[in-house]
Amino acid sequence: MYRYTWRTAILEAVMILTALIFLFPIYVLFSLAFKAPGDPSSLIAPPAQPTFANFIDAWNQGGLGGGLVNSFIVTSITVVLVVIISAAAAYPLSRAGARWSNVAYFGFLAGLLLPAQLGLLPLYQTIRDLGLLGSLAGVILVNVGGSMPFSILLYAGFLRALPTEFEEAAAIDGASPFRTFWSVVFPLMRPITGTLAVLTAVATWNDFLTPLLYLSGSDQQTITVAVYGFVGQFGAQWNLIFAGIVISILPILITYFLMQRSIIQGFAGGLKG
Amino acid sequence: MASLTETPLTEPAARPRRRRHRSAAAAVWWLMLPAAALYIFAVIIPSVQGGAYSLTDWDGVSTDSQFVGLRQYVLIFTDPYGQTAVKNTVLITVVVTIVQNLLGFFIALGVNARIKSRNILRVLFFAPVVITSIAIGFLWQNLFAPNGAINQVLELVGLGALRQDWLGNADLVVWSIMIVIIWQNVGYSMVIFLAGLQGVPEEVLEAAAIDGAGPVRRTWHVVRPMLAPAITINVMLSVIGGFKIFDQVFTMTKGGPGGASNTISTLIYQNAFQLGRFGYGAALGVVLTVFVAVASVIQYRLLSKQEG
Repeated sequence: MYRYTWRTAILEAVMILTALIFLFPIYVLFSLAFKAPGDPSSLIAPPAQPTFANFIDAWNQGGLGGGLVNSFIVTSITVVLVVIISAAAAYPLSRAGARWSNVAYFGFLAGLLLPAQLGLLPLYQTIRDLGLLGSLAGVILVNVGGSMPFSILLYAGFLRALPTEFEEAAAIDGASPFRTFWSVVFPLMRPITGTLAVLTAVATWNDFLTPLLYLSGSDQQTITVAVYGFVGQFGAQWNLIFAGIVISILPILITYFLMQRSIIQGFAGGLKG
Repeated sequence: MASLTETPLTEPAARPRRRRHRSAAAAVWWLMLPAAALYIFAVIIPSVQGGAYSLTDWDGVSTDSQFVGLRQYVLIFTDPYGQTAVKNTVLITVVVTIVQNLLGFFIALGVNARIKSRNILRVLFFAPVVITSIAIGFLWQNLFAPNGAINQVLELVGLGALRQDWLGNADLVVWSIMIVIIWQNVGYSMVIFLAGLQGVPEEVLEAAAIDGAGPVRRTWHVVRPMLAPAITINVMLSVIGGFKIFDQVFTMTKGGPGGASNTISTLIYQNAFQLGRFGYGAALGVVLTVFVAVASVIQYRLLSKQEG
């Protein structure tokens, strides 16, 4: 039925042109990052003499390496904790079938209506009083707690659609309730675990406000806070700043292009739950 | 295990089995304790405290504070900063939701067609979604500068008369910020629509074409109704994202010039962490919560109507 007609060709040309215009900002980002500060070419022309000097300067001066390491630590620990803790909670909440489990489930869902901004200040003070300001642990604690409503919603939605035969069989085989959860139910939830891990990882890596509040002024910074400080420090040296920005987004861009299928699926699939 | 359930022996035992299985989940009720503790610690208690502070004039430091009733709320809706922030937040949310979803829909239609470059185009249109908002904010701050790339391109294509101080003009700045938000997130809308489009059988489209329905009518009458769930999800995402918008504004303008581009979230940050007006910031948080809650309830109603 579908052949490649002249109509298709026109559509293809229009879409490619749209994409080129759409990607113009990204082109400027990379072009400026490869230009020496005195490059004579105009702002929108490609670099006359591409140079890696900005990247080397940015890396040496900006504290970006430490930021990347910290972001990696915060992101990986947050993802693991969110997955395990919310999967564990979703199991009794969606399967126990008791009054208390329904009440508790809606108690968690209520959190979807509470924007982080509402509790921003009191939580900041609590973390400060606990002596966790400037520590990655504080950021992880806030991240994991705040993501419970959404991740429990995802897991519970998935569990409700999952047949119970396997769990029943495991129970008949004599598996303890915990064993049933850990060895039977949790592995069966792998598709939604993947989705949740993708969404949580991208959101945590890119998060700015939480680490800004809890880490600014300390020597422990995530990459977003490091870039923010970097821009403030180098004012109008845009070549250097853009090189720093490229360094900061490179890990996630590389990951994205390597795993684009599962990442895009994660974003599209997380919403049907 | 599978073979066990297939044996006829276990068939009559269906009812008791179900009960035992239920009690299995109920027996491990304690599995929810870590989640509950973290959730109460990081969401519930701070939110309740935030609501309580909104009724005081606490500055965040001193030990005593006065109960001032709803004075902070009155302030939000009477002082120019509060009014501008609320107005901007609503405006950004409405415009971004409409424009981003329309554009996302058309791009999705384009890359759902049988064009050769569709896979790479999908990946490229989605790419800004995974880039951190503050990098995007700084990038566009540079693009929008009076001598920046946007104005230079306008000059180059003979539209020099359209040169603007995109972020410095108080009347324009909110619209410039919307361009950035839409640019960053349109790929997200596209992906949701694509997932929806994959559920529209080609036979349906073919039937519509054979019936003589043109591409526009086909899209509107045949495709759009089948995309209703995708539309609802997209609108919900952009409405809630719009209400909470912070990163892009904070990096591009810090709410300036003169508070012209403040949103509720940037004003909360300023008042709470820079101006020592805790009570006012907390009241803004409650206002934001009401916005999010009202939007969610409307969405939920629409969603249930659609499905029921």
